[in-house]
Amino acid sequence: MTGHMKKNNALKINNEHVSSWSHDRASSANMATEDLPSDFDIVILGTGLAESVVAAACSRVGQRVLHLDRRSYYAANWASFTFNGLLTWIQEQNEEPKPEEVRDWSGLTEEGEELIHLSQADSASITNLQVFSYASEEEEEEEEAANTTEEEKAADEDAVKESSETESADSKEEEEEEEGAGEEEEQPAQAEGEEPEADQPRPSPSGQLEPSRKKISYTQLVKEGRRFNIDLVSKILFSRGSLVDLLIKSNVSRYAEFKNVTRILTYRHGNIEQVPCSRADVFASRQLSVVEKRKLMRFLTSCVEETEEQTAYHGRPYLEFLRDQQLGDNLQHFLLHSIAMVAEDTPTEEGLASTRHFLRSLGRYGNTPFLFPVYGLGEIPQCFCRMSAVFGGIYCLRHSVHCLIVDRDANRCTAVIDSRGQRISCSHVVMEISYLDRSKVATPSKFLSRAVLITDSSVLPSESNQQISMVTVPPEGESPAVKMVELSPSSMTCIPGTYLVHLTCRSVGSAHQDLSPLVTRMFRTTESQEEDRRPSVLWSLYFNMADGTASQVEGQPLPSNVHICHGPDSALGHEDAVQQAASIFQSILPEEEFCPPAPNPEDIVYDGDNTSTGEDRGDMGQDDEQNPEQNQENRNQNQENQNQENPDPEQNQNQGNPELQSVGPEERPSSS
Amino acid sequence: MHGRVKVKTTAQQEEEKRKEREKKLKVYVAARDACFSKRKDGVFDDEALQLTQQLLSANPDFATLWNYRREILTHLETVKDEDEAQKIYEAELSFLESCLKVNPKSYGSWHHRGWVSARLPRPDWARELSLCDRCLSLDDRNFHCWDYRRTVVKMSGVPVKQELDFTDRLIGSNFSNYSSWHYRSTLLPLLHPGSPEPPPSRCGGDPPHSCSPPSPQTHFHRVCEEQLLKEYELVQNAFFTDPNDQSAWFYYRWLLGRAEREEMISCAYVSREQERVAVAFSRPVNAQSGGLLLVLDGQPQRVEWRSVHPHFKHSPVWICDLPPGTISDVANEHNLTVHWTEKHTHRDCALYTGRSESWCRDTATDLELFRSELSVEKTSVLQSELQSVNQLQELEPLNKWCLLTIILLMRALDPLGYEKETLAHFQTLKEVDSMRSAYYSDLCSKFMIENTILKMEYAEVRVFSISDRNLTTLCHLDQLLLVTHINLSSNQLRRLPPQFAMLQCLEVVEADNNSIENLEGVYHLPKLEEVSLKNNKISTLADLQPLASCPKLRRLDLRGNPVTQTANVESELAELLPSVADLLL
Repeated sequence: MTGHMKKNNALKINNEHVSSWSHDRASSANMATEDLPSDFDIVILGTGLAESVVAAACSRVGQRVLHLDRRSYYAANWASFTFNGLLTWIQEQNEEPKPEEVRDWSGLTEEGEELIHLSQADSASITNLQVFSYASEEEEEEEEAANTTEEEKAADEDAVKESSETESADSKEEEEEEEGAGEEEEQPAQAEGEEPEADQPRPSPSGQLEPSRKKISYTQLVKEGRRFNIDLVSKILFSRGSLVDLLIKSNVSRYAEFKNVTRILTYRHGNIEQVPCSRADVFASRQLSVVEKRKLMRFLTSCVEETEEQTAYHGRPYLEFLRDQQLGDNLQHFLLHSIAMVAEDTPTEEGLASTRHFLRSLGRYGNTPFLFPVYGLGEIPQCFCRMSAVFGGIYCLRHSVHCLIVDRDANRCTAVIDSRGQRISCSHVVMEISYLDRSKVATPSKFLSRAVLITDSSVLPSESNQQISMVTVPPEGESPAVKMVELSPSSMTCIPGTYLVHLTCRSVGSAHQDLSPLVTRMFRTTESQEEDRRPSVLWSLYFNMADGTASQVEGQPLPSNVHICHGPDSALGHEDAVQQAASIFQSILPEEEFCPPAPNPEDIVYDGDNTSTGEDRGDMGQDDEQNPEQNQENRNQNQENQNQENPDPEQNQNQGNPELQSVGPEERPSSS
Repeated sequence: MHGRVKVKTTAQQEEEKRKEREKKLKVYVAARDACFSKRKDGVFDDEALQLTQQLLSANPDFATLWNYRREILTHLETVKDEDEAQKIYEAELSFLESCLKVNPKSYGSWHHRGWVSARLPRPDWARELSLCDRCLSLDDRNFHCWDYRRTVVKMSGVPVKQELDFTDRLIGSNFSNYSSWHYRSTLLPLLHPGSPEPPPSRCGGDPPHSCSPPSPQTHFHRVCEEQLLKEYELVQNAFFTDPNDQSAWFYYRWLLGRAEREEMISCAYVSREQERVAVAFSRPVNAQSGGLLLVLDGQPQRVEWRSVHPHFKHSPVWICDLPPGTISDVANEHNLTVHWTEKHTHRDCALYTGRSESWCRDTATDLELFRSELSVEKTSVLQSELQSVNQLQELEPLNKWCLLTIILLMRALDPLGYEKETLAHFQTLKEVDSMRSAYYSDLCSKFMIENTILKMEYAEVRVFSISDRNLTTLCHLDQLLLVTHINLSSNQLRRLPPQFAMLQCLEVVEADNNSIENLEGVYHLPKLEEVSLKNNKISTLADLQPLASCPKLRRLDLRGNPVTQTANVESELAELLPSVADLLL
């Protein structure tokens, strides 16, 4: 269980510094006018995690992949946004979807073909959006700063107004917020003290001045908004989960960096407590007696292997099994809610499986079983997209497909018509479920409730302000179990002086109904007396997102070569998406290996003497073997990929050289 | 399939690697030869520095090159001024850092770093300390780094407290780290020294002998009680978390302490008949090196001290023969004093009229004799420690560390009262840790002997009887100086070791039903009359040779030994042991 990193765990865990890898979303090149090739093996719609993994896997084994997303950003509902980007996203979500124009594409079809129209907007997966701002507005500003403030403030006010229109019950909340803001204004000294710092990106004012409470203003959030990376879904990676295995196996890990989740906390009896899970935690824990320590360690060691005693409890609740282990309330709570993270009535075998999953991941990279990607979760789908691009996949954002062309007799999709009206033939189509016409999709029956908070301090302050915490909140009465992830600026997802808190639970009511009671208990949302040590919420966002596992295709079955990916699921890890991608890949290419390790750039042979590659794929550097200089050049280009820059304009997009390509939009979505 | 990325085959890659290696080797060999010839010619120039650097960064374990490098550097030091030397050495340090990255456990690199740090005109110890921090966070058991750290700490005077906090951190992240625990054990006595305890009142009664003040060494390793209690808590957390981790248990054992017995003459014995004096010390000494003085009736005597067996240069028991006729007259009363000048201590002994022997000693209490294993003074502390370890044992009934610790605690508290439990725990220990069953048997034998000695002391007799206790070894024989009858029957002894010769007053030995094959220790026992060795494994006449040195032996029972099958055994024995009148075969 020694914690230091082994070389073969080839994942970049960066707990010290963060490289300055440019984080701009893959920008589009000015090649908008060029037509796409008219023949692909696989067309993929949507850049969510599962779709991106399929894209990488298919390109890797030589399939010609066209990967499109009608949005202007990568990763669909798996995306991460800057603060300003998120405000734009919120605005977009609140806009009424445009009526979908139906155009006649019959000119592009042939005898025996029929069309399946696709949806041009995703209007069902995000609902109940509500925004609250508690940060001071900071009236007295320098001129240049003031301009931006007002602009953004307006945007925010719009958002708030809209939410209050839909949810009148929240007006009280609003008033409180205004009160809070009002009180804030009565402390101009504080605001002034902050001002000189405002122009400097760091160090944060809160870190330098009085350590207690130093408010960050809304202006500051907007001004430094680019340093936020706010995830729409909140998940973390199990160190031995299928996503980490896949990242390592496929070498996609070279595009990302990770940080350890540093501690696991739980909310119990109104307090935040640290959950001892590793050997070092148990040793250091102050809340456990030595006997509890022994019992916990013994339980954790013993449950790694299946015993007859465990088998006897199959089908009976895990809680019952735990109770019979004579562990005591403390340990029972930790084991059920924070380690297995299951409900009280979960059957024992399932509870044990979750516990084992947790324990297997423990100690691989650090003291907890979890990793979090630096710059946010939205990085991961992009990493797979990049791998796909390196192997020839072609990418277009703000570009979609109007309809599928289906061969009536074979019941197979033979081509698609893209949003430019081009017919593109293909042998398989993979799409995110929201691309299906709404008449074909059942209204999502299950939702996730999400809350995103920007706070001013940690829920459990410690010596280090670099903590990334996973917090489990057990169910209480009617309210469901909540998983909370608190990110510190070290994860490069928020600015110094703030914490980014993600809350997720299965929906019972709206996200606000489900989560705001917990938020008001754990955080300060109003100005209260001084001894209140809870973190203050500066800004919060609530919304519901469709639970991918519950979405179903209705009506006529789709052609057999059309594969559907549902969106993010409610689980903490990424098992579901990886599983989906693997099974789609398996059904498309049953003979091929799923994401074999990508070769090192220096092992790639660029000679064109192979007959099959020369013609339709890259013919660049045909005599590379004799031309080491050019070979070297290729390598350099390959390394440049890591910067996700615009592709070299000299490169033809059809060339098969391993270069990230992104193709610009022809028509911009009207929403932006 | 078309469009697939072409990758070099494994054979191609291998071939490339091979060529690369060959190229590297060529360069390496050339550079090495150049270095050697330069050194031979006594060249100490920058080029040599370059060459050795090149080689050492590829192979930091090339000791000769480090030596050469030191020669060059010492030379450069003589020709450059201080600032330049500082620069050269700083460059050397950063070069060493890159070597340590190649091999963090390179003897050569660490040694060279120590050498450079010591010669650096303006050393930056903070930087060195942080280098150690970093190395130890990567591998907390890198003993080279630990050594270097201690050097740095010593040279730069890092506060002890800071180092203790450092061990806190390392133990916190992984307590299976004996280096940290051990480091702690050297720091704690410096930071929280224990107050010297008042000298134990063991010299009450007569004859009074001087109690020398406790030597500083005795208390050097002590830690004040308040801190001790904190340490107990810390280490308990460790062994409750993982009772199979030995580092915590070793540290715990250290915490419980090991008292050093006061150095003293524990017993002086004089025999009128043999005109002999025997002296027992609290620990093995070498009396021949001087410092031992015998005064008889006010007259210093010139005597020759010898240990009881030629095997021993150091021994707890020493004997000397007085000049013939000095004390042989029963009508006379004599006063003897043995001075141990080295330790400023002495012991008096009076041989009264009509007495054939006399002795003077402290009544050995269990505390003095055997509790020295654990030195915590306070019974209450031991009691509560026993309680918590017992608690752990309930949860982990088969943990050997736990069982062994319980045994030690029980012995420190009440050796006789816990005898039954102790034996049962030993039984479990032998079963769960069969690889070390012989060790446990020996340890158990030791404790049984201690208990028997205590019982004998309480009964104030000179008979030592310990039969049928599964003894595998004999120890504490220096405590049996005055014993006249010993019964060791029905044990598993295989020899009567040389230490057995300390039983200077022994008259009767019963050692039936053992597996004895060696009698080395039955050596020059002046009063020994009867030896019973029924059913042992004495197989040759030569094994009985030591008995010939005991002048008074008259009865010997060898029934049931292989030696009885030897041809002419009777006549051979009669020749070997003429004094034996009563021989049973």
